Amino acid sequence: MRIELNVNGTVHEIEVEPRTTLLDCLRDRLDLKGAHAGCEHGVCGACTVLFDGAAVRSCLMFAAQATGSAITTIEGVTPGPGELSPIQDAFCETHGLQCGYCTPAMIMAAHALLAGNPAPTREEIVEAISGNICRCTGYAQIVEAIALAAERMRGVNRPRSLTE
Amino acid sequence: MKAAPFEYARAADVDEACAWLAADDGARLIAGGQTLVPMMAMRLARPTRLIDINRIAALSYIRQETHQDQDGIAIGATTRQCAVERDALAAAKVPLLARAIPNIGHAATRARGTIGGSLANADPAAEISLIAVTLDATLSYRAGGKTTDIPARGFHVGAMVTSLPEGACLTAVRFPVWQGRIGTGFHEVNARSSDFAFVSAAAQIELGADNKCKRIVIGVGAATDHPIRLESAERQLAGGALDPKAVRAAVEAALTDIEALDDLHATAAYRRRVAAVLAARAVADAFADAQGKKVQGNANAH
Ligand code: FES
Ligand code: FES
Repeated sequence: MRIELNVNGTVHEIEVEPRTTLLDCLRDRLDLKGAHAGCEHGVCGACTVLFDGAAVRSCLMFAAQATGSAITTIEGVTPGPGELSPIQDAFCETHGLQCGYCTPAMIMAAHALLAGNPAPTREEIVEAISGNICRCTGYAQIVEAIALAAERMRGVNRPRSLTE
Repeated sequence: MKAAPFEYARAADVDEACAWLAADDGARLIAGGQTLVPMMAMRLARPTRLIDINRIAALSYIRQETHQDQDGIAIGATTRQCAVERDALAAAKVPLLARAIPNIGHAATRARGTIGGSLANADPAAEISLIAVTLDATLSYRAGGKTTDIPARGFHVGAMVTSLPEGACLTAVRFPVWQGRIGTGFHEVNARSSDFAFVSAAAQIELGADNKCKRIVIGVGAATDHPIRLESAERQLAGGALDPKAVRAAVEAALTDIEALDDLHATAAYRRRVAAVLAARAVADAFADAQGKKVQGNANAH
């Protein structure tokens, strides 16, 4: 069947089988490999993308269901080619990743959190990434990265005298 | 893990969805899909046709409704769990539901998962089913162009089994709103926060001016194949002072002859014992809450 998919601001017309998950469509048809296929049945969180602004698991919906909605993947969060978003930056700085398998999904979950809550508590950060499994870091630096990114994003466009 | 092939169609309204359902034995409705899609990926479900009801706007709402003089909060079947989680009206009027919802899956599954989907799926551990049974909610479904009401207690009949007739589409659930000095409590135990509960318990009470319990409901989920009410304990405790010892004895007695589930995760004996502990805690929380004291809530969360 023919579907229209709005991904990172671009509308694509794609021919898919109804059983194609959103995850497979992003990876195999649009060559956006940032959403990772971990378990493909909703338990690891590696496939997290933003669906109309909310973090969702792209393996738990079919591409055909996404027509009419806006999807953002990790490829869509950078301000420009070769640049990183403040959250990506913070992950690098605090060593919030090791093998990187869980990282794009962690960052998408963090984006969804910070979009609605610029000053989350530690508990809120933990809750926001509780559905995302990381087998490397032990999570501590991931939580640290999100807290650091939140702090920086709050400081944006504020005079230095107020942030220091 | 890929689903077997199927046809996909978006229904414009509920009657169209019902007509399509009736026309094809292998067809299934899809709402949030947070249970159905993994089942399909594992090929435990192989619908020939998926009828998508996500875009039916008339099925997504939270509003106040009065039915036969009973105030209620009506929630449309495809209302997302996260929408209820964030809704101030639902939190104020049905605080027990608000307490339970953060325990359902994770933020990313609550963003897709729906209220009606969870009810219709009828997992023994489903928090929404437990709250619906505990508060005597009323469910509505549509079939053959007619809307029918059914009490939550008659709806849940077994593990993943409901009394919803073939070809019907669940449309709404109505939670009664209690007036007066209300308190609520909810607890569950699971391997990790937000995993399936091994046992869950919910309680809501109304306190009189004398601090005695005027009205009480207690529900237990995941211990048996569908959520139950501890009716004998409710009868015993109503009108009393909710002394912790009396509460514990009453819930224990009410749980003695339940047919507790027994599986790899928890034995029947464990479930029965933990159900008594959690039910007593839920009542204690509800009692404190009704008196305006701060309640920690689910001890298992984080
Ligand atoms: S790949 Fe989607 S949750 Fe694991
Ligand atoms: S960095 Fe390896 S899984 Fe998270």
